[in-house]
Amino acid sequence: MTLDASKIFQKKKQQILETWIKNQLANDALREDLISSEEARTQSEELLDALVNRLRAEKEGASLADGFDPVLEYLETLSITRARKGYSPRETGAFLFSLKNALLKTLSEEIKDDPKGLYEESQKINNLMDDLTIASFETFIKGREEVILRQTDEIAEISTPVIRMWDGILALPIIGTLDSSRTQVVMENLLSQIVETGSSIAILDISGVPAVDSLVAQHLIKTVSATRLMGAECIISGIRPEIAQTVVHLGIDLSGIVTKSSLASALNYAFTALRMEVRKVRTETK
Amino acid sequence: MDKIPILKMGSFLLVTIQVDLYDRLALNLEADLIRMVDKTGAKGVLIDISAVNIVDSFMGRILGNIASMSRILDAQTVVVGMQPAVAITLVELGLPLNGVRTALNVEKGMALLQSMIPPGSGDEEITEDDHISV
Repeated sequence: MTLDASKIFQKKKQQILETWIKNQLANDALREDLISSEEARTQSEELLDALVNRLRAEKEGASLADGFDPVLEYLETLSITRARKGYSPRETGAFLFSLKNALLKTLSEEIKDDPKGLYEESQKINNLMDDLTIASFETFIKGREEVILRQTDEIAEISTPVIRMWDGILALPIIGTLDSSRTQVVMENLLSQIVETGSSIAILDISGVPAVDSLVAQHLIKTVSATRLMGAECIISGIRPEIAQTVVHLGIDLSGIVTKSSLASALNYAFTALRMEVRKVRTETK
Repeated sequence: MDKIPILKMGSFLLVTIQVDLYDRLALNLEADLIRMVDKTGAKGVLIDISAVNIVDSFMGRILGNIASMSRILDAQTVVVGMQPAVAITLVELGLPLNGVRTALNVEKGMALLQSMIPPGSGDEEITEDDHISV
């Protein structure tokens, strides 16, 4: 066996790197708006180094798992960093496939007189690079999912504050779309606050809800019913004209619920229900 | 056999459920309560369920039944002190108990009952009699 891909790569490393960078540039995968070309070059160089070292180690008889780790590890870090920077998976994929092309091109240039050997080595490199690409995709998705999970947590935390507006009046401004899990959180927060403060009126302000479909309306009605069961009254405020239109067109029956167009009128209603009034202080004129 | 005590307070009946209701107990309560409404001519029934943590559709229906039956006998029903989890469960079960009045606690429930009973009924019958005799 005279063929040794790792030696060829070691020898031609610089050339491979140049071809690779050229490929990347041709491919639009470099994304100079997200990463400087120097940085991309350093990344490429480090990855290539790790890969060649790993091929050599494998040739010398080191076990596969030992040799594989540095490449994979580096690739995972790279993939996650790129995911956070806003690369698309296609771009990260193209980044690796352009390396494969560069490697295969070098191989075919070096091994000209042994088609069988060329095929075998190419096949090996092919499999290896495919594995790496799949791994990079997995980490890429993992990185993205972490971002999504963190954002979901943040939204869930900030989205449901129960405000005590007055003695006996609670308000709950809802921002964003209401789905089942959010409704559950909203409902639980509201009901426990009602018990805690002994409030008899709760105002649900939906000015921040972009659209109301039948499902959202269903959730709202559920919240109102649960509040009523607890012995408090629930007012829905902040209904925009478009939402009123949608509700009527969808044939949703909100007749059993007190609805107000603005938070101010809801508060006014609450004051009246609690037999309170807001008065302007008459200044003494002398 | 457990029995849930029904207390008479003026023209109202007060029921405090302090154990988790099983079906037989709930049925007995329903029967006892209606009998008491009939016997005492009560104008209002106040059911305190603040100690009830578990509720099912049967229990929800019993509450609704008690309210409807009392209304036929001219008594208003107020359910007070429902736990948040119980309220959510009832709504999820599709039992919003539309015929039942609710209040946060016994105090508010009593105030609600008093505001619902029109003056001139219940305890004030005696004064009415006085008027007639004058």
